[in-house]
Amino acid sequence: MMMEKLALRSRVLLAGAAMSALLLAGAPALAVTPADTLVEGFAIDDIISMDPGEAFELSTAEVTGNTYDLLVRLDLSDTSKVKGDLAESWSVSDDGLTYTFKLKPGLKFASGNPITAADVAYSFERAIKLDKSPAFIIGQFGINGDNVTEKAKAVDDTTFQFTVDKAYAPSFVLNCLSATVASVVDAKLVKEHVAAVTPSADYKYDNDFGNAWLKTGYAGSGAFKLREWRANEVVVMERNDNYHGEKAKLARVIYRNMKESSGQRLALEAGDIDVARNLEPNDLDAIAKNADLTTTSAPKGTVYYISLNQKNPNLAKPEVRQAFKYLVDYDALSSTILKGIGEIHQTFLPKGVLGELDENPFTFDVAKAKELLAKAGLADGFSVTMDVRNIQPVTGMAESFQQTLGQAGVKLEIIPGDGKQTLTKYRARNHDIYIGQWGQDYFDPNSNAQTFASNPDNSDEGKVKTLAWRNAWDIPDLTKQTEAALLEKDPAKRAAMYQDLQRKVLETSPFIIIHQQLEVAGLRKNLRGFALGPSFDTNFVSQISKE
Amino acid sequence: MSTVDSEATAGRGSARAVAVASSIARFLVIAITTYLGLLAVTFFIGRVIPIDPVLAVLGDRAPANVVERTRREMGLDLPLIEQFYIYVKNALNGNFGTSVLTTNPVMTDIRRAFPATIELATLGTLIGALLGVPLGVLAAVRRGSIIDQIVRIIGLVGYSVPIFWLGLLALVLFYARLQWVAFPGRLDIVYEYTFTPITGFYLLDALWQRQWDVFRDAFRHIILPASLLGYFSLAYISRMTRSFMLNELAQEYIVAARAKGLSETRIIWGHALRNAAVPMVTVIALSYAGLLEGSVLTETVFSWPGIGLYITNSLQNADMNAVLGGTIIIGSVFIGINLLSDLLYRVLDPRTKVR
Repeated sequence: MMMEKLALRSRVLLAGAAMSALLLAGAPALAVTPADTLVEGFAIDDIISMDPGEAFELSTAEVTGNTYDLLVRLDLSDTSKVKGDLAESWSVSDDGLTYTFKLKPGLKFASGNPITAADVAYSFERAIKLDKSPAFIIGQFGINGDNVTEKAKAVDDTTFQFTVDKAYAPSFVLNCLSATVASVVDAKLVKEHVAAVTPSADYKYDNDFGNAWLKTGYAGSGAFKLREWRANEVVVMERNDNYHGEKAKLARVIYRNMKESSGQRLALEAGDIDVARNLEPNDLDAIAKNADLTTTSAPKGTVYYISLNQKNPNLAKPEVRQAFKYLVDYDALSSTILKGIGEIHQTFLPKGVLGELDENPFTFDVAKAKELLAKAGLADGFSVTMDVRNIQPVTGMAESFQQTLGQAGVKLEIIPGDGKQTLTKYRARNHDIYIGQWGQDYFDPNSNAQTFASNPDNSDEGKVKTLAWRNAWDIPDLTKQTEAALLEKDPAKRAAMYQDLQRKVLETSPFIIIHQQLEVAGLRKNLRGFALGPSFDTNFVSQISKE
Repeated sequence: MSTVDSEATAGRGSARAVAVASSIARFLVIAITTYLGLLAVTFFIGRVIPIDPVLAVLGDRAPANVVERTRREMGLDLPLIEQFYIYVKNALNGNFGTSVLTTNPVMTDIRRAFPATIELATLGTLIGALLGVPLGVLAAVRRGSIIDQIVRIIGLVGYSVPIFWLGLLALVLFYARLQWVAFPGRLDIVYEYTFTPITGFYLLDALWQRQWDVFRDAFRHIILPASLLGYFSLAYISRMTRSFMLNELAQEYIVAARAKGLSETRIIWGHALRNAAVPMVTVIALSYAGLLEGSVLTETVFSWPGIGLYITNSLQNADMNAVLGGTIIIGSVFIGINLLSDLLYRVLDPRTKVR
């Protein structure tokens, strides 16, 4: 029946488009991308700025990671550590407050300007003074606009000194310095492009530190230089011959904005793109079966979770929180909607981060859940709503959850909404249940611990609006424990503290963490050296080549 | 219908000029009121939707103090009416603000995106009209015949099949299987660096610069989405043509023409169609205006960087400057096309020449 319909429709279509067929007969066969250029189909419509001091979006992270250098970078062979990038070595003072970095000799920006400690200091200064979304990653060490030039300064041409306000765990400080906001910009070049600003109560400085220019401009030293970003269309990167590390193998990398999974698949099959980056399970399947193509995946620091607002009296009962954790059909989800794009993961630290805990104690168990609900005095179930943004996979996950909750007598009403709309409601704590994803802000356990396990002020006026706050989960003890873990110098002990935190959150929290995202890519088989990294800013493309 | 026919022929010319001028003036008043209404409605809808516009600028991960500061910077802490006043004032100066999504002034973005849509819509309408009108005429003339049935099926499918589905199917067939057409976007990667567009209409630009290979490539990119849009307007145009033609063919002047012994060809194409053409202009113009709004789904499926995709994207991201700017441009186009079809109407239909 379906086939008949298809056949009929394509015949009609043939008639409708006969003109194009006639006009185009004899057009060339399979498209091929240029041999020195990598073309990726990628949904890059989230990019709003290319300034590393401002950008905080996932696609931008990949571009920044490839076009800018840092003092230290995540060590891909052991992601609980960092390794030197521009820094040759570093030391921490005995009081644990001063970090001194020694730069490698003879470094140059893509522009040809030398890289000096003054450039590093300027990069920190502008990030802090601009105070855009990612600035807190550096600011959380007690750095602000008034003291940044003192706390982050060049001692001489190759020595940079960074002073923090407490004796933090060195792993925490170094991990934060591997975030893209700490990227080193070419101060000389940026200063040629600063725009004057009238100081105001909100912004005390008389210039924009080149922010307007850097939104689309480039002043870095990475393996690639950014040639062009056209919003919603394309990002073009070109090889940087001044790069201090191993030079890029390809001359050019192009990210073409393509939103649609099936469109990416078609373009990949036809050879118009070399890599497809936003594939849904069915397209991924088809690509895996194609002899010219292959797929790859890597776990990313993003977890999908369901959270229960503690302002709802039913959801605030500990038994109900527990019961709901037994009412997710984890296995069914991972073999259907999440097939290939997620793996079961119930703790809040994603795999690869210091202190990760690979324990998944909850399984789908209706009897147990019913028992717990009865204990809570809700043997007959209750009704509750859930805000769901209308995209996959969350829609599918929500529908599955609705069905499994129903088996225990809980009636779930799904309120579908646009992404920004459900988020607005969530951030105002006006939801019952929310389903969403959370990506860590920087590659350190504190990032997720802070949001899932700390809530310094649970009042509606609370200033630190963590996920725990958004769900009105008041946890003074866990908050203290999270803060304590920041000051533990011994990485092994620090890891153990986070594991303990994760067990507690797993047991008592209103967060039902379901799985960790796998980033997937489909690629043509002639590519060599393509690998997805453990975070979005480590999807490096410089070692990719074509056969 | 009051005409000036009864008046002395001497004053006819100037009276006509006055009539035309007054109708233009009336039109302008309507247009300006429509604009202001459009502006107000879009602005206030944009402000009452349950989306926090600061989210669009900062994303979900920004700390609370940055969110508060940005809210002030965007003027969102001001009273709504004041915000509207500032917006209208700027808009009248041709400043529609900056898109938070692309960081460009909204007009710059629209100047990039709109030609892509116009090019696509024009080609689509050409295909739709050139095929749709003859098909509709044939169906009317051979009413009840097999041709009529085929045209009906084509129309039905065009009405009822979702365009993104047909688009994907067409891609599978003509792009993936047969390799006749190109995809995605407007040009192949190789030409991205060798070709500098002037007007933004790639086909014209390529012709103007005599870059035949670019022209060929641009054509290979545009033809499938254009045919698809063409097919959908064909479905609409052919149905409308058929019913207008049936109406005309039943008129007495057709019988008179037949009695005079005119050839059937002349009766159909010279007389009946000539009369049916008047309402057809409105139909085609409306369908063209519809396509100019930007066929969002087509633009999404074909990664076509046009105005529909731009506005939808902006809307989803609560980028209200871009949405407002885009809406006003589309509003102008709609009003403009209406005016144009009104004028054409007068040219084609002698009865409406002087009112």
